[in-house]
Amino acid sequence: MSSTFETIANIIAETCDIPRDSITPASHAINDLGIDSLDFLDIAFAIDKAFGIKLPLEQWTQEVNDGKATTDQYFVLKNLSARIDDLVAAKGA
Amino acid sequence: MRLEYFQLIDRIVDLNLADRTISSEATVPTASTIFEGHFPGYPLMPGVLLIETMAQTSGWLVVALNRFARMPFLAQVKEAKLRTFVTPGQQLSIEAHLEHDGSGFAVTEAKIRADGKLICDAKLTFRIVDFPNAEMVKWMRDTAAGIGLSVEARANV
Repeated sequence: MSSTFETIANIIAETCDIPRDSITPASHAINDLGIDSLDFLDIAFAIDKAFGIKLPLEQWTQEVNDGKATTDQYFVLKNLSARIDDLVAAKGA
Repeated sequence: MRLEYFQLIDRIVDLNLADRTISSEATVPTASTIFEGHFPGYPLMPGVLLIETMAQTSGWLVVALNRFARMPFLAQVKEAKLRTFVTPGQQLSIEAHLEHDGSGFAVTEAKIRADGKLICDAKLTFRIVDFPNAEMVKWMRDTAAGIGLSVEARANV
């Protein structure tokens, strides 16, 4: 999980010009780091490429809009890292 | 090109869904009110319209790949390089390929050549959303047919 987080944090720092040391596993990408939807497309692109997956952003957004999930579940970075690990594992299964 | 209608592609000349590539052609009109201001006595195709030309070619690729199920909107232009002037009457060859098919977005790389010479290139990001209404779907299909884009006929390419 830690290496996944490190990769994500580095992508966010580079993509959004956010100081790396201000990005922690507890950071919420939107509420804490102020990442907007367009910047998040860049991040998703880089994550997809780095991990060889396709982040299901539309499904996550729909679940949040439908009240079936909170943004914390997907956009707090430790949770995002865990979901990426799940996607990578599912891809390799 | 019909600049006044913002239709910058004359025809699709190749579409390869397997390779996720597309090629199109367009001829810069010899006369347009745009050239009266850009620039008086020195007509040049505006660079932003060259970028739009790459975006439209890329957009048709995205539309073809999703079989007219959803509509791409230009969201980001990266690393756009306008390498040389384009003048009225020039024939342009445009090509694009899908670099990444994301969830609700797509990234393409596109370039324009004239007489084999690279004119401009860019990396483009599109948001992909539902069509706003059935009329828009029909308009897109009609416009596609008008420029020779037939996804059904090329579905196995």
